[in-house]
Formats: sequence, structure tokens, C-alpha cells
Amino acid sequence: MTNSIQEFEDAEVFFVIGSNTTEQHPMIASRIIQAVRQKAAKLIVADPREIKLAKFAALHLRHKMGSDVALLNGLMHIILEEGWEAKEFIKDRTENYEPLKAVVATYTPDRVAEITGVDKDSLRKASEIYAKAKRSMIIYAMGITQHVAGTDNVKSCANLAMLTGHVGYPSTGVNPLRGQNNVQGACDMGALPNVYSGYQSVTDPKIREVFEKEWGVNDLNDKAGLTLTEMIDAAERGDIKALYVMGENPVVSDPDARHVSRALRKLDLLVVQDIFLTETARLAHVVLPAASFAEKMGTFTNTERRVQLSRQAIAPLGGTLPDWKIICEISSRVGYPMNYDSPIEILDEINRVTPSYAGITYSRLKGSWGLSWPCPNEDHPGTLFLHKDQFARGLGAFDAREYIPPAEVPDEEYPFTLITGRVGFQFHTGTMTRKISILEREAPKAVLEMNSKDARRLRVTDGSIVTVESRRGELHLPVQIKQDIPESMVFSTFHYSEKNINELTICAIDPVAKIPEFSCAVSIRRI
Amino acid sequence: MSQTLVVCPFCGCGCNFYLDEKEGRAVGVIPSRGHPVSQGSLCVKGWRAHEFINHPERITSPMIRYGGIARDATWGESFDLVANKLISIKKEYGSGALAFLSSAKLTNEENYIFMKMARAAFKTNNIDHCARL
Ligand code: SF4
Repeated sequence: MTNSIQEFEDAEVFFVIGSNTTEQHPMIASRIIQAVRQKAAKLIVADPREIKLAKFAALHLRHKMGSDVALLNGLMHIILEEGWEAKEFIKDRTENYEPLKAVVATYTPDRVAEITGVDKDSLRKASEIYAKAKRSMIIYAMGITQHVAGTDNVKSCANLAMLTGHVGYPSTGVNPLRGQNNVQGACDMGALPNVYSGYQSVTDPKIREVFEKEWGVNDLNDKAGLTLTEMIDAAERGDIKALYVMGENPVVSDPDARHVSRALRKLDLLVVQDIFLTETARLAHVVLPAASFAEKMGTFTNTERRVQLSRQAIAPLGGTLPDWKIICEISSRVGYPMNYDSPIEILDEINRVTPSYAGITYSRLKGSWGLSWPCPNEDHPGTLFLHKDQFARGLGAFDAREYIPPAEVPDEEYPFTLITGRVGFQFHTGTMTRKISILEREAPKAVLEMNSKDARRLRVTDGSIVTVESRRGELHLPVQIKQDIPESMVFSTFHYSEKNINELTICAIDPVAKIPEFSCAVSIRRI
Repeated sequence: MSQTLVVCPFCGCGCNFYLDEKEGRAVGVIPSRGHPVSQGSLCVKGWRAHEFINHPERITSPMIRYGGIARDATWGESFDLVANKLISIKKEYGSGALAFLSSAKLTNEENYIFMKMARAAFKTNNIDHCARL
């Protein structure tokens, strides 16, 4: 996020796209609703579904699945036509403006209305509300990144914000919401194939030298590694022989689940370290029982870049060890000793090699509600909003994108679009939340949500069991009729491993960010 | 009885709360009033975060599987097996045959040393996590 959560209070306009915020980020949704109710902030929701947040919206754009780039380009087209762009900001702080203008020029309201299904009047209103306010925020989540066009969508959001000068000020910016509690931290710490902690490139010899010195080695690998989806493919081909999985459940969370478990079964060694016997752990050669978050100390970085200390509340459950201790043991036994006494010593090392975390020390975290990076030294107060006065790279570069249709569109054989996501009562693959009684009571099983018109056409009602079939697999699911879903679209969640919806989803991947697309075409039959 | 300030293990909002401990078990959750995100409230998931901690299905012993059969094992035996197997695969096929999957649910410190192990101990950059999902 370029802004902090507390800045939501003073935003004038929220443009929420691809985020079912009330379900996925409840405390952020309540900030938005508060600002709308108490401070007359305006809310624009762009989502094909009638999500809860849409009830509070001044304007709800129900654009077609996967038409985000066309929608965003269309808004920019109108903004330029009306002269609502931020001319000074564009001149002083950005580059590559001309190519953007050229691309956007072709997204006329007529064409955009055709692609997105949103009427021209609403397009104009949305452009005006967003562009003319002083403090406008864009908020997005996996709803726009989980597409073959995911990177295009993200770039288009940035283009829109820069075009209107809506970034780099308090309560004004672009705010991607991160799903799990430490996605931000895992990225910051370099659990990525191409960077060390602090997004420092593994291909840069100067940076490698810094890490080689700190780590006491002299031959760090200088080529970027494989991403998760590439690892799975490589395992299937037999190129990856060993996979060590810590605290993840890729058999349930990844698209095309059968492909994932087939690939994992081919490994010579699968190690899974977790707190429950997940579906992935069931396939493992070795399962290592870890302590839960309550049984250890450590820091987590939330979606607003706030690094926070979580303290140890209870002793590790008998028989388990904290993940950090397990890693130290394994590393030492393969001839690379790690002798940390506590996570505090690890944080000290992070401070030394990670410029953006240099000032986020244990002693400062202990007595505060956390610090937001970048925080380059111990006297620095942390950074609430990013890109003040200048972008990290100097000038902000516009990066014009063209609309490309989704990888799999409905056809005669598979006439419905299936989208997958979370519900507020469950979390991700359900490893943790499904152990909680009231959450299981409220949302105990997977259902297929569908519009009443489609239900009538298929001659099914609430609770009828249907066969949902895609090109990759099929599943029986009970129907739940929901008015918030547009016709020809159905929705289900991936919290439930016994009905794993990811057996149906497609593994078409955004070529840049390598984020899989989770929506796909399906057919539905009554049984 | 003690109360300890922790970070919610679920979504990226990063609410804090006090975990209520009784006889070594987590028994309840008390929201933090002063915390800038929580401001004294939590969502339904946060309120129940203590429930999975002492759940009977927690695994409490390492397990080793030969063929289709899994059995409980000691830590020492499991550590040795993992370490030896990783070394022999690296020897036979090179470090490119190893891959590491880290976690968006674990701490910064754990993510950092996991990637350090992949890179410094095994010389591979095949490390990722589920951020894309
Ligand atoms: S309490 Fe709810 S909103 Fe807050 S971090 Fe936990 S899951 Fe997210």
C-alpha cells in the first residue's frame, strides 16, 4: 500500500476494484464505510458481483470478468477528453506520457461500454468523481491480480493514479490489499526467486557481495530461481527432485490441484513443516510439526508495510518446535551452521543487510505499535505514505497497456464463468479457520453460488446438487442462490479441501508476475 | 493467567490483540484499544483466533513415510533424514534440483533464514511463497 490504514479516514474518494473488502479485509472495509457515512466520502465499486461494499457505493460498475484494463483505459480516455488530468504532476513527476495518451485514445466510451458492459453515463460519472476530488485512493486485491492480464491491471491502476496526480500525498494513493497476514513480510524478506531481503537483486554483483560477506560464503547463485508455479511444472517433469514446504498447502491453494499433487508425488523428497496435517503434508516423506504463532516471538508486516512484534504467549505445544529452530537445525546439519539464540538475533541481521528495515530494530518495536518501512535508520520515524515528492525510481513511468480477453472464455460447451475466492468466515485453505467452531457453523461447506435466473433455467433450487465441470475436472456441489451474482457467472470458495474447487481452475499464468488465473469456463448439470 | 500482545494470524490488516492464557493454554482474545488498526475491535476470525492453537488435531510428532505407510519418528531421526537426502540430491543432480516454498503466514525472521538456508547452504534461488495466490 502506498498509504497507511489510518489515512483512510481522510480520503474523499475510494475507487475499489477487484476486492471483496468486507469479506477479506474486514477492518479496512469498516474504515471505508465509516468514511462514507461520517465524512461523506464517495465510494466507487468496480466488481461484477453485488458485493456488500456496493451497498455503500455512490456508483457500482459491474464490468465483465477480466475487462479491467479496458475499464481503466476508458476512464483515462474520458479524463483526458475533459481535461481533468493533473498537468503539473505529469510534467514534473512522470515520463512516458505520450505512449499512454496514444493507447488510451483508442478506448472510446463506445468501445469500452461494449467490452465492459458498463454504460457510458456511469463511465463518465466514475471518471469525474475520481479525477476531480483532491484525495482519491485506488484499492485493489487479488480480484484483479489473479488474471492472465494481472500485471496489466496493476499497471493500469498506477497509470490512472499518476494521470490524475493521485499518489504521493496523505490519504491519496494506490493501495493493494495483501491477503495473508505476512505476504508483505515474506516478499520483503526475499522469499522470492529473484531478490534477497529488501528487494535487492540476486543478479547484482555488488549486492551479492554484501550478502556473501554477511553470510560467510563466496559463491552465491547469480541467476534468478523458479517461481512456485514453475517449481511445480519442473517437479512434474522430474527436474526438481526435492521440495521443502514450510507453512503452505499448495495442494489445495494452487490452481489445477490434480496437476499439483501429481507433481508432488514424483518428488524424491517432499518435506512439509506445518501445525496441522494438511493435504500437502499427507503426501510428504517427512512431516515436521511446528509451533503456532502464539508459541513463539517474531515480527509480521501487514498490508500497510507496518512491521509489528508478536510476542510469545504460551510454550510450544509438547512435541513441536518453532519454525525458526527447525530451520537452524536442518541448516546446521547440512554443513551451514546457524546458531541464533532467538529471533531477535535474526532481526539484528535483517537490520544490517536490508536498508528499508535498517531502523526497524527490536528495541524500537518492543515499545511501539510497529514501524512502517522504509525506515533507513534508528532515528527515522518510518514512512506512512510512499512516493512523497518523488517515486522510488525517480520519475513515475506510465506504462500503457492494451486489453486482452481472459484465457478461457465461456463457450457453448462450458457456458458459465466460474470465479473463486474467500468468504468472511473462512480463511484461505481453511487449515486454521476450519478448526474454529463458530466459523465452521456459519460456513461449513463449499457451495456453488448462482443467480436465480440461471437456477431457474437449470431447474435447480437452493441445496440441489449439481455437477460442475471444466476442461480439467469435475465436482459435485450444492447450489446456493444469490442475488449478488450476475447471470452466467458462478462463484465458489477454495477453503474446503474435500471439495477442492481448484481441481477445476485453470493454470494460465500472467507472463510477468506469474500469478495464476483462477477463473475459468464451466458447464453445470443437474443430477 | 496472563495476557500477551500478539499479531492476528489471519489477514493482512494486521490487527493486534491480547491472547488470554490459562494453565499454559490459549483460552481467549481481548482486542487492543490502542492499536491503530484494531482500535478496540476485531472481526469474527480474530475473535476466535485462540481456538485452533490447542486444537486436538495439531501434530505433535515428526512423521516419516515409507511407501504408503507413515509412522511417528524422533526429531533427531527426521532431521538426519531430511539433511542427508537434501545433500545427496544436491550431489547427484545439482542445487537446481532443490526447491523451497516459504510462507506468508510465518514471521519475517523465519522467512529470512529460510531464504538464507536455500541460498547460502544450498546455493539455489529456487525459493518462493504463495504471495501470488
Ligand atoms: S481481526 Fe480480522 S481484520 Fe483484523 S487482522 Fe485478524 S482477520 Fe484481519
